[in-house]
Amino acid sequence: MTESRTRDPILRMRGITKRFPGVLANDHIDLKLFEGEVLALLGENGAGKSTLMNVLCGLYRPDEGAITVQGDLVDIQSPRDAYDLGIGMVHQNFMLVETMTVAENVVLGLQGLSFQPELRHVKRRLEALGEQYGLQVDPDAYIWQLSVGEQQRVEILKLLYRDVDILILDEPTAVLTPQEVDDLVEVLRRVVKEGKAAIFITHKLREVMMFSDRVTVLRGGKNVATRSTSETSPEELARLMVGREVLFQLDKTACELGGAVLEVEDLEALNDKGLPALRGVSLTVRAGEIVGIAGVAGNGQRELAEVITGLRDVVDGEVYVNDNCITNCSPLRAIQAGVSHVPEDRVEMGLVGDMSVAENLALKAYRTSEFSRGPVLHPTRMRFFAEDLIDGFDIATPGPETRVKFLSGGNLQKAILARELTACEGLLVAVHPTRGLDVGATETVRDLLLKQREEGTAVLLISEDLDELMEVSDRIAVMFEGEIVGIVPTEEADIDAIGLMMAGEQPRSSKSRSRSRSGTQSQTQEGAAG
Amino acid sequence: MRIVFEKRQEVSRTIRVLVPVLSLVFALIFGAVLLLLSGVNPLVAYAAMAQGAFGDVHALAETLVKAIPLMLTGLGVSIAFRMLFWNIGAEGQLAMGGLAATWVALYASRSLPGWSVVPAAILLGMIAGALWAAIPAVLRAYLQVNETITTLMMNYIAILLVSHMYHGPWRDPEGYGFPGTARFPEVAWLPRIYDRAHAGLFLALIAAAILWFVLQRTKWGFELRITGENPKAARYIGINIPRLILVAMLVSGGLCGLAGVCEVTGVMRRLQQGLTVGYGYTAIIVAWMSQLNPWGVLLVGFLLAGLLVGGDQIQMAMGLPAAMGLVLQGALLFPMLGGSLFAEYKLRIVRSEPQDAVLSHESVAKEAK
Repeated sequence: MTESRTRDPILRMRGITKRFPGVLANDHIDLKLFEGEVLALLGENGAGKSTLMNVLCGLYRPDEGAITVQGDLVDIQSPRDAYDLGIGMVHQNFMLVETMTVAENVVLGLQGLSFQPELRHVKRRLEALGEQYGLQVDPDAYIWQLSVGEQQRVEILKLLYRDVDILILDEPTAVLTPQEVDDLVEVLRRVVKEGKAAIFITHKLREVMMFSDRVTVLRGGKNVATRSTSETSPEELARLMVGREVLFQLDKTACELGGAVLEVEDLEALNDKGLPALRGVSLTVRAGEIVGIAGVAGNGQRELAEVITGLRDVVDGEVYVNDNCITNCSPLRAIQAGVSHVPEDRVEMGLVGDMSVAENLALKAYRTSEFSRGPVLHPTRMRFFAEDLIDGFDIATPGPETRVKFLSGGNLQKAILARELTACEGLLVAVHPTRGLDVGATETVRDLLLKQREEGTAVLLISEDLDELMEVSDRIAVMFEGEIVGIVPTEEADIDAIGLMMAGEQPRSSKSRSRSRSGTQSQTQEGAAG
Repeated sequence: MRIVFEKRQEVSRTIRVLVPVLSLVFALIFGAVLLLLSGVNPLVAYAAMAQGAFGDVHALAETLVKAIPLMLTGLGVSIAFRMLFWNIGAEGQLAMGGLAATWVALYASRSLPGWSVVPAAILLGMIAGALWAAIPAVLRAYLQVNETITTLMMNYIAILLVSHMYHGPWRDPEGYGFPGTARFPEVAWLPRIYDRAHAGLFLALIAAAILWFVLQRTKWGFELRITGENPKAARYIGINIPRLILVAMLVSGGLCGLAGVCEVTGVMRRLQQGLTVGYGYTAIIVAWMSQLNPWGVLLVGFLLAGLLVGGDQIQMAMGLPAAMGLVLQGALLFPMLGGSLFAEYKLRIVRSEPQDAVLSHESVAKEAK
C-alpha cells in the first residue's frame, strides 16, 4: 500500500449510526481527525453534530459503526472511558460547581484522590498549564466569581490537566465577546501545536473560517462533505450545510421614522437573585425603526425585555408604550398597550407544547370578540385563523390540529412570530429570535422583522449575534452590567468597537484591541454580581 | 438481548383505550394468584364480585351509591389538578358540604318553603365546600404556601368538626345516646331513583357535561388548560394566574361539597359517622386514571365503585377475611395505575448489543493500512 497520507489520523470514526425514536440522528458518518489540527464540525440544528460528539465522549452508544483512536479499535462506554483514551469535551452548559474553587473543580472526579486532596501541586500544575497555553485563571478563585469566558477556560484547563489529546468544544463561542473569541482562537492554536487536536461544533460560517484547518459538514444526520478550510468559502459551506443557495443580503430599505413608540426612562430593576440588573436604562424606539441591543448574556438584556413586557417589576423608572404608562403593570396591560413579545424561551414560554398549532396561534387573539361569543369560544373561526397564518407564514405542520411540540425549531419560531406579528400594535420585543435556528429559518425570521419595520412597527431586537444586529437594526445599543454603555447608528457602527463596549470598555481607536486587563476585571465583578 | 423503554412519539387513541383494558386483564390475573393462594377459585370469586357489583338492580344501585361521591369528588379534584393545584383536600371539602347541608336540613328547613330545602342545601353545601377550598387556594395563589400540606391538614379539621357536631351540639336528643343527628325532615331528602341510588347521579352527569363544555369551549377553560400545561406561557400571554387558581379551586371545592350534600341528603338522611370514608382520597385515583377527562371520571368512578362493592361482597359471600377484599382492591388498582406508564412509553427489545454491529478488528486494521 502506498502512503497516501503522510500521517495516520489520531481519531477515526467510521459508519457511526445513532437512532432515536423516530429520528435517525447519525447516518453512517465518517470522520477523521489528525494531530495538530482544528476540525470544525459544521451543520444546522438537528444535523447530528452534538449526537456524534456525544457518541465520541461516551454519553451515547452508537447503534452501528467503529471508532479508532491512535489506530486501535475502541469501545467507549462512558465519559471516563473517553478520558482514559484522551478524549474530553467542553459542553455548551459548563459542568462546574459554582461554590468551589477552580482547583477543586479541576480535580473533581479524578480517580485516586486522597480524602483531603493536596491542592498545592494541583495549583502549581494549573499555573504551569495556564502559562503554557495562555489560559491564566486564578486557581483559588471561586467559579461564581468568574466571567463566562473565564469559566470556559477552566473547562479547557480541566481537559488539559487530564492530558486530553482530543478536545471537543460544543459551540464554544456562543457566550463570548468578540475579544474573548480571539483569545479562544489563540488558545486552540497553542493547544494543537503541542500535538493535540480539537474538534469544535458550530453553525456559524465565520467561525469555521476563523478557527479551523479543516471542516466536516453534516446535514440531516449525514456527512455531506469534508474540506480544507483554505480551499473553501463561506458560500460553498453554506450551500453544503443548507443544501441550497443562501442569500446573505437582506433587502433593507430606508424607512420613514415615526413617533416614539417605546420610551423607557431611568429603569432600575433587580434580577432573579435580587441583585441589580438594570441600572438607569433609558431608551427610545420609534415607529419604523429596529433598535438592536448587543451584549454578553447576563448584562441585563433579559430583564429589560421582561420589564417592558410586564413580566418583571422595576424598582425605579418609567416605561411608556404608545404614550401609555405601563410601569409595573401586568403582562395583560402591556399586551393591551400594544406590546408584542417574541420570548427568549420559545418552548418554555412562547408556546404550549401539548396544545394544537391552532390553539397556540390563538393564544392571544382568543380574547377578542372575533373568536368568542361572550365566554364561549368559536373553534371553527380559530381554525380558519390558524389556516390563514399557516399559509401566510409558511409554517410546516401536518395541520392546525397537530400538537405544536412536534414542529421543528424554525417552525415553532415562525408560529410565535405569526401570532405576535398579527397581534402587533406598535411595539415588538424580540429576544434572540434566531438563536438555534438554521440558516434558512434565520433568513425568514430576519426578513419578517424587516417587513414589520416597514409597516411602521417599533422593534426592540435583543440578540447575541452581532452580525444579525449589524444586518437588521437601524441603531445598536450596547448593554454592559445593566447599563446602556453606548448607542450608535448601524451605518457608523464598528464591530470591534461594539465588542469592546460589550466587554465594558469605551472604544478609543481600532488599534486599542490589545485587550487590557481592566475589561476582564470588570467582567469578573459582573460575574460576581450575576 | 435487553429491553429498553422508549417514549412514545404520539399517544394514539387505540393505545389510550388498550392500555387500561390490558392493565385490567393483568390486574385480574394478579388478583387470581392471590385468591388461589388463599384457597379460593378465582373464577368463582370474580363472578361473585361482578354479581355483587353489577349483577342485579339492587347491586347496581348500591354501586351507584358509592359511584356518585367518587364521580363528584373526582370531577372536583381533576379540575384542580388541571391547574397543577394538588388538592388533596376533597375529603374535607366533602365534609364541609355535608355539614352545611345538615344545617339547612335540620334548622333552616323550618323557615323555608318545602320545595326549596333541597336546592338550598345543595347551594349552601357547595358554597361551604368552595370556601373551605378557598383558604388553601388564597394561601397558594398569593403567598405561595404549598397546597398539598394545607389541603391535607384542613381535612383533619373538617372531619373532626363534623364529628364534633354530631357527637355534641347537633346530636339527636332522642337518639338513645347514639352519635348522630336526628333524621332529616322529608323535605330535605334528595329524591331516590331506586333503592338507595339517588338523584345525585344526575347532578354528577350535569356537572361532567358542564365541565367538559367549559374546558373545551370557553375562554376560561382555554386559560385553565394553558395554565395547567405551561404556567410560564400563561403568565406571558397575560393570564391572571392567582385569580384562575382561586376560581378553579372554588369550583373544585364546590363539587366536593356537593358530594357531601348528596351523601347526607340522599344516602344517610342524617349526619352521622360514615360521611368521611375516604371518597375524597379515592377521588385522586379516579382523577388520575381518567386522565382528568370529565367523562372518564364518570366511567372510572363507576368502575371503582363496583370494585369497592364487589370487594365487600366476596368478603361476605365467600367467607374471605375482611382484609382480603382490600388486598384485592389494591392488587387490582396497582396494575391499572402502572399501566399508564405504557401509555407514555413503549417497550422495545434490542436484539444485540451495539458493539456486535461494530466492524470487525481485521477490516478496520486493513483500512488503516
